[in-house]
Amino acid sequence: MTVLSVLAQLSGPPFESLPIDWHALAPEVVLLSVAVLITLVDSIGLERARPLMPGLAGLGLLGALIPVITLAVEGSDRVLFGGAYVVDDLSLLLKAVFLLSGYVIVLLSTNYIAEGDYWEGEYYNLLLFSLLGMVVMASARDLITIFVALELLSIPAYMLAAWRKGDRRSNEAGMKYLLMGVFASAVMLYGMSLVYGVTGTTLLEPIGLIFAEVGTASVITLGVIFVIIGFSFKVSAVPFHTWAPDTYEGAPTPVAAFLAVASKIAGFVALISLIYFGFLGQSDLIEPLLFILATLSMFVGNLIALRQTNIIRMLAYSGVAQAGFMLAPFAVAASDPETSLKAVVTYLVIYAAMNLGAFAVVIALARKTRSGEISSFGGAFQYAPALTVAMSVFLFSLAGIPPLGGWFAKFSVFAAVVNAGTTAGYVMAVIVAVNSVIALYYYAQVAKTMWMDPVPDGDMTPVGVPPSLGWAIVLTAALTLLFGVLPGLLGDVTDSFDLGHLELLAFPG
Amino acid sequence: MLLNQFLILSAVLFCIGVYGVLARRNAVLVLMSIEMLLNAVNINLVAFSTRWGVSGQVFALFIIAVAAAEVGVGLAIVLLIYRNRTSIDLDELDEMKG
Repeated sequence: MTVLSVLAQLSGPPFESLPIDWHALAPEVVLLSVAVLITLVDSIGLERARPLMPGLAGLGLLGALIPVITLAVEGSDRVLFGGAYVVDDLSLLLKAVFLLSGYVIVLLSTNYIAEGDYWEGEYYNLLLFSLLGMVVMASARDLITIFVALELLSIPAYMLAAWRKGDRRSNEAGMKYLLMGVFASAVMLYGMSLVYGVTGTTLLEPIGLIFAEVGTASVITLGVIFVIIGFSFKVSAVPFHTWAPDTYEGAPTPVAAFLAVASKIAGFVALISLIYFGFLGQSDLIEPLLFILATLSMFVGNLIALRQTNIIRMLAYSGVAQAGFMLAPFAVAASDPETSLKAVVTYLVIYAAMNLGAFAVVIALARKTRSGEISSFGGAFQYAPALTVAMSVFLFSLAGIPPLGGWFAKFSVFAAVVNAGTTAGYVMAVIVAVNSVIALYYYAQVAKTMWMDPVPDGDMTPVGVPPSLGWAIVLTAALTLLFGVLPGLLGDVTDSFDLGHLELLAFPG
Repeated sequence: MLLNQFLILSAVLFCIGVYGVLARRNAVLVLMSIEMLLNAVNINLVAFSTRWGVSGQVFALFIIAVAAAEVGVGLAIVLLIYRNRTSIDLDELDEMKG
C-alpha cells in the first residue's frame, strides 16, 4: 500500500468540490481577472503600458457590469455557499452602483494620476481590488464573508490614501485612516465573536431567526453594539467621524471621492445586510442606537461644515451629515422594515451620483486654481460657466432642492420615518427637516461664491477640462437630473426587491 | 465551566489592547495593541467553537491571515512616515486640522 492510499483511507471520504454557480459569480471573476491583467500588463509593458491603464480599468469595470445586467434580466435569486452569498435584486442594484462609481472614479483619476508622478499600474490594480471587496460585500450574508469583504475593500484603500509617498500630508492621511479603520474592524470582530458565541452560527439568516426569538440579553446587546460601532467608523457617523476630514484632505482628490462615495456606501451595504437580515429582531436595541447615531451625525456634520473654508473638508463634513440622513431610516428599521430599507437604498444610489459629481467639478476647477480653498473658486462662472452650472446642480441636489435627485432621496427618507408611525419616527422627521435647512446654507454659500464673487487673482483663462473628466461630469449630472425628474425609475427597481423575510424577523410569532 | 475563563482572558486582553491604542503615541506600539485586540477576538472564537463546532475556528484562521495583511500595510505606512519625518510619534501627525 502506498503512502497516498493510506492517507486517503485515514481521511475519510474523498474530497468533493462544491458545485459553483459561475454565472452568479461572473462580476467578481471579471473584476479579479482585470485587476490581475493590469498587474501583468504593467510589469511586462513598464513605461510603454502606462497610458493603457485607465482604459483597461474602465473597460474592466464596464465589462463586469455585463453579467450584472444578464443576472438582473434573468431575475431569479441565487443562493451560494449554503446561504453565505446571495445574488438577488437588492445585491445586483448595489453591485451596479459600485461598478458605475468605480468607473467614474477611474475617469476622475485618469489625468490626475497620469500628470502627477504616480505609479499608475498599482493605482488601478488597488482600486479594482477595493471595488471587488465592495461587490462581494453586496452579496455577503455571513459574518465571515462580510469581514473578508470589508478587509478586501479597506486594505487597498489605506494604501490609496497614502498614495503620494513623499507628501507628509498624504502619509498622515493614510496613517490616520489605517489606525482608525483597523481599530474599528477589531471592535467589530469582537462583537461578531460574541454574536457567534450566542447563536453558534455565522450565517445571518439563522442569526436573525434566533435574535427574533430570544429577546434581549446582555451578551447580544454588547455584540450588536460593537458590530454597529465598527461600521459607524466606515460610514463616518459621529462620534466616529474624526478620520474622515483629515484623510480626504490629505489623500489625492480622486481617492477622497472614492472614500467619500464607494467606501461609505460599502459600509452602509454592510449595515443593511447586518440589520435587515440579522439584527432586526433586537428592535429595542438597534432603533435607539441608530437614532442617536443619525441625529448626532446630522447636527455635528452640518454645524461643522458651516465654518469650513476648504472645499474638500466641507464635502467631508457634508458627507458626515449625509451619512446621518442615510442612517435616519434605520431608526425605524423594525417598525417599518420594508419602506425604510428602500429609502436607504434609494438615498445610496442618488448620493453616489451627486457626490461624485461634486468631487469631479472640484478636481476640474482645482486644475486651474491649484487650491482647495472655497474662496479660490470665486467668480468661476466668468471663466468656466458650464462647470459652475454643473456644480450648482450637484450642490442643490445635495441640499435636496427639487427637481434634482437629492430631493427624491430626502423625500424617501422623510416618507419612511413618517410612515413608520412611531414617536421616534416623527421626531426623526423633524430633525431631518431642520438639518436640510442648515445644509442648504453652506451648499448655497459655495454656489454664491462661484456665481457672484470676483475672481480672486483676476486670471480669466478658461479651465482645460480633459475629455474623461468632462464625461464623468456629464454622466453624473445626467443621472442626478434623471433621478430627480423620473423618480419612478428607481422606485420600480426598489419595488422589485424580495423582502418577504423582513416581517418574519421584525414581528416574530 | 472552562469557557468562562477563556472569555475573561479575552476580555482582559481586549481592554489592554484598547488602552494601548488610546494611550500609546508610538505608531508601532499602537499596531501591536491592535494585534492584541485581534488575538482577543481569536481566543473568543476558538473558545466558543468548543461548543458550536468548526466555524469559529475557520473565522479565527481568516482573522489571522487578514491581520497579517493589515499589519504589513500598517508597517509600510509607518516606514513612509519615518522616512519623511524621522519620527513615528502619532502626536506629531497634526498638519491638518479644523
